Amino acid sequence: MTQAAVTVAPAGDASYPLRRGLEALLAPLAALVGAVILFSLFLLTLGQSPLDFLDLVWRGAFGSWFSLQNTLQRASPLLLTALCVALPGQLGLVIIGGEAAVVLGGLAATVAALPLVDAGPYLVLPAMAVAGAAMGGIWIGISGWLRARLGVNETIASLVLAYIGLAIFNHLVEGVLRDPASLNKPSTYGIGDDNMLDTVPWLDVHPGLPIGVLACVLCWVLIYRTSTGFAARVTGGNIRAAQLQGLPVAKLIVLACALGGACAGLAGAIEVAAEYGRANASLNAGYGYTGILIAFLARFNPLAIMPMALLLGGLGAAGGLLQRRMGLPDATVQVLEGMIFVAILTSDTLYGRFRWFQPRGN
Amino acid sequence: MSIDPNAIATVGAAMLAGSLRVSTPFLFVSLGECLTEKSGRINLGNEGVLVLGAMVAYATSYETGNPWIGVLAAAVAGFFLGGLHGVVCSLARVNDVAMGIAIMLAGTGIAFFFGKPYVQPSAPLLPSLQLGFWSDSPQLQNALKVCPLFFLGLLAAVALHWGFLATRVGLRIRIVGDSQDAALALGLPIDRIRFLATAVGSGLAGIGGAFLSLYYPGSWNEGLSSGQGLMAVALVVFSRWNPINCIYASLLFGAAGALGPSLQTVGITWGYYLFYAAPYVVTLVVLIITARGGKSLRGMPGQLSIGR
Repeated sequence: MTQAAVTVAPAGDASYPLRRGLEALLAPLAALVGAVILFSLFLLTLGQSPLDFLDLVWRGAFGSWFSLQNTLQRASPLLLTALCVALPGQLGLVIIGGEAAVVLGGLAATVAALPLVDAGPYLVLPAMAVAGAAMGGIWIGISGWLRARLGVNETIASLVLAYIGLAIFNHLVEGVLRDPASLNKPSTYGIGDDNMLDTVPWLDVHPGLPIGVLACVLCWVLIYRTSTGFAARVTGGNIRAAQLQGLPVAKLIVLACALGGACAGLAGAIEVAAEYGRANASLNAGYGYTGILIAFLARFNPLAIMPMALLLGGLGAAGGLLQRRMGLPDATVQVLEGMIFVAILTSDTLYGRFRWFQPRGN
Repeated sequence: MSIDPNAIATVGAAMLAGSLRVSTPFLFVSLGECLTEKSGRINLGNEGVLVLGAMVAYATSYETGNPWIGVLAAAVAGFFLGGLHGVVCSLARVNDVAMGIAIMLAGTGIAFFFGKPYVQPSAPLLPSLQLGFWSDSPQLQNALKVCPLFFLGLLAAVALHWGFLATRVGLRIRIVGDSQDAALALGLPIDRIRFLATAVGSGLAGIGGAFLSLYYPGSWNEGLSSGQGLMAVALVVFSRWNPINCIYASLLFGAAGALGPSLQTVGITWGYYLFYAAPYVVTLVVLIITARGGKSLRGMPGQLSIGR
């Protein structure tokens, strides 16, 4: 991204940090508003009412307790897959292979759970979390290692590895790990109903949500409140300056990728432990790809990921209602997401265009 | 297990057939991507262009009854979606890698949105040239059924290669792609050249999409593309930004993709999904071999953001 990683306010310009924060808030907001206006025009040309659309999105995503639960349920894996993009993003890397980390993380978690099925949830669940996170961390870590040690472009490598990962997943789930009883939808053996994650009391959503929120907060602390995070931001700002300072750039790259991948792998493990009880094609639901959008919307800031994941989770949750009430195809949400993504990246060009936000000299 | 020579011949014929059949979309997308990257910009959005092109081609062919008008419409649709990428990326501080992902999402979304009514009806498809007429073997005859678009792709590759080497336009594209400073010094319209290279490149990618829906597999549905648009980026690296090499790379990737189904024809079903990953493994191996410690690759345009 383009923002300076580390900024110092000029003397005599006390309100500069505040104005800079305002700029970082207003630019994406303007993009969101712009995308909604563009999408409204799109609907109008099709003879549909944008107001009806917004009303249905509101009701389908946040309007009732039921729809809010649905939204939160969808947002929780997105929190983790967005971190898989945001953490490497702090170093200026674009990782787009999170989907494979989710899928393989879920599979590894299932494999770890299977021999322990009779040992009870207190052994099964931690084993699943560790296996899922380790698998995801290794998978995305490979892209980081290839980048750091060999100079292979991480975007293409992570993408190619995503396809390879999906092929391995299909090979195993349709082959040696397949439960012969799963006829229509090839799946692994189940981890056992007793071992599955309970919903969180009061909220009635699965614990993926608090885990995701915690992960976002921890990553924020790591990036903005530790020296490792500072080193990462310096590297993202100017890699040559970081090398000159003797920062361990290669290690930072591998670390950021592995941590991000661990988050995505954990998301896969949680989906298995809380939703499906076994690994199958349901894991391949596009969480990794939506995570890319969220991370860019949040400008790689882990705290900003939370509202953005809520927004995108809500859009996903409202999809069914839109289909039923307005007769719109299920791709409508994807069109809107695409417009938001294009708008948000276009808004990057707004930074530094308005003098009011710039540092003022004495 | 003894190896039956007939089985090898069958697998060989099937891979040749698969290669000729599957490589065309690879060829068009990689040529388009090559043109765009030569101007110093990367376009991951060609995946979205491919899907949009497939939908537009199929819908147009269905409505007009002429598949060739469909191919043309796909190229136009690709031109406009790529043009959007080109315009936005010429703004200061916009990340072209990320923008490509956004275009990919928007393009597939628009294609699925408008393509919904066209999943069911069947549109007139492109004809095939029977190049195996001289042979008695039905397998070979089948293998040598080739879409005219394949030859159009070969022609485009040769034209691009010649264009880069021997024409003023090609030289300008290469200058803009290799050194922004030199282009500025020469007074070249950098943004306009990059915009056109991106839009025309995506137009080519759109034709690749038309092949998917109008020839092979020859129908329109949401699972039509298997990432050919994204793999094109790796293909271009593999081809060292040379359009002629794009032909060989596309044929190789096509053959690798046909490995699993070909083995299946002789009864080897083990590892069907692993063989599906063969082209991606090839890509990764190529990336690793060609990478040299962060230094830019031979033949890589100097202004390309993935090289910096």
